[in-house]
Amino acid sequence: MAKVKGEIVINSERCKGCELCVPVCQQQTIAMSDKLNSKGYHYAMSINDECNGCINCALVCPDGVISVYRVKLKDAAVA
Amino acid sequence: MEEELTRESICQQENLVYSRTPLMTPKALSYCPGCGHGTAHRLIMEVIEEMNLQSQTIGVAPVGCSVLAYDFLDIDMQQAAHGRAPAVATGIKRLLPDKFVFTYQGDGDLAAIGTGETIHACNRGENICIFFVNNGIYGMTGGQMAPTTLPNMKTATSPYGRDVVSMGYPLKITEMIAMLPGTCFVTRQSVHTPANVRKTKKAIQKAVQCQLDKKGLSFVEIVSNCNSGWKMTPLESNKWMEENMFPVFPLGDIKVPKP
Ligand SMILES: Cc1ncc(C[n+]2csc(CCOP(=O)(O)OP(=O)(O)O)c2C)c(N)n1
Ligand code: SF4
Ligand code: SF4
Ligand code: SF4
Ligand SMILES: [Mg+2]
Repeated sequence: MAKVKGEIVINSERCKGCELCVPVCQQQTIAMSDKLNSKGYHYAMSINDECNGCINCALVCPDGVISVYRVKLKDAAVA
Repeated sequence: MEEELTRESICQQENLVYSRTPLMTPKALSYCPGCGHGTAHRLIMEVIEEMNLQSQTIGVAPVGCSVLAYDFLDIDMQQAAHGRAPAVATGIKRLLPDKFVFTYQGDGDLAAIGTGETIHACNRGENICIFFVNNGIYGMTGGQMAPTTLPNMKTATSPYGRDVVSMGYPLKITEMIAMLPGTCFVTRQSVHTPANVRKTKKAIQKAVQCQLDKKGLSFVEIVSNCNSGWKMTPLESNKWMEENMFPVFPLGDIKVPKP
């Protein structure tokens, strides 16, 4: 049962589509977009609700475009 | 009823656990996608922020892809002629000993044209930090062979691979300067995985502390990728780096500071 819940916010306009953040996420939360940003890169995006706020993705992002949020869950809140 | 957790309720300032340090300027980095220079920059700035050194720091930028580091690091900076950053940093630190002074240099800058400056600054034991990003190639100029290029590695100037008989061996300048009594802390790290990023940040913290404690020159090598120069995707380049660069340039501390 998860005790924490995370969310990531990616500045998709600044993402360079390097994909380094994808394999370091053990929750498979990140995938690359089909669409391009204005610089022509496929950008990283959050695709599920499994993020636990571990910050791995943000640590390896060379462009520092990922912000990570995390909350502690009260047991009852885990439905 | 429990309050429902929404994306909006989680993404609140009080729940923020990681974001880019404000000591990185808002400018988009000029580096190729996936290049380790960006991560290396950010870690140095995180340490300077956490140790509250922004207003007393002077960085020295090299010639190489990171020539524009002064555009990205929100601190006072001076850009040096190719390879001369340790000499410039020496002058700055000697005149302004209360400043925190570091150089940031690539392998072409530090271990080719600047070999003399590097070795003598280390040998003099200048009380500065050197952050050395070794990607085994001249990234900026289009991927020419560097002294750090691996045996048999193909580059623009070794198109059949580096033949060690005619072109020499990869220069392990970090091991060389560790032998000098002027250096106090010498380590080799990388920034390609979350665990390595954490270790590199600790190494940078230690290097900064050595300077604050006036212990002499601390030297942090970061083995990094040049996916453009190596002609690989960023993920391929990191894997290639683990398999090929790390056996020649093994990670870990080479010299630890005396207590
Ligand atoms: C005096 C002088 N010689 C040569 C050059 C050309 N030059 C520019 S950057 C560079 C090498 C940069 O390689 P490195 O230090 O490894 O940095 P990287 O781009 O790989 O990060 C060279 C040879 C120059 N700018 N000035
Ligand atoms: S913070 Fe961790 S769990 Fe969340 S997306 Fe990033 S790597 Fe995945
Ligand atoms: S690591 Fe950063 S720049 Fe690279 S794809 Fe992920 S978010 Fe984009
Ligand atoms: S050329 Fe190489 S070192 Fe330079 S920005 Fe691109 S990947 Fe990085
Ligand atoms: Mg280089």
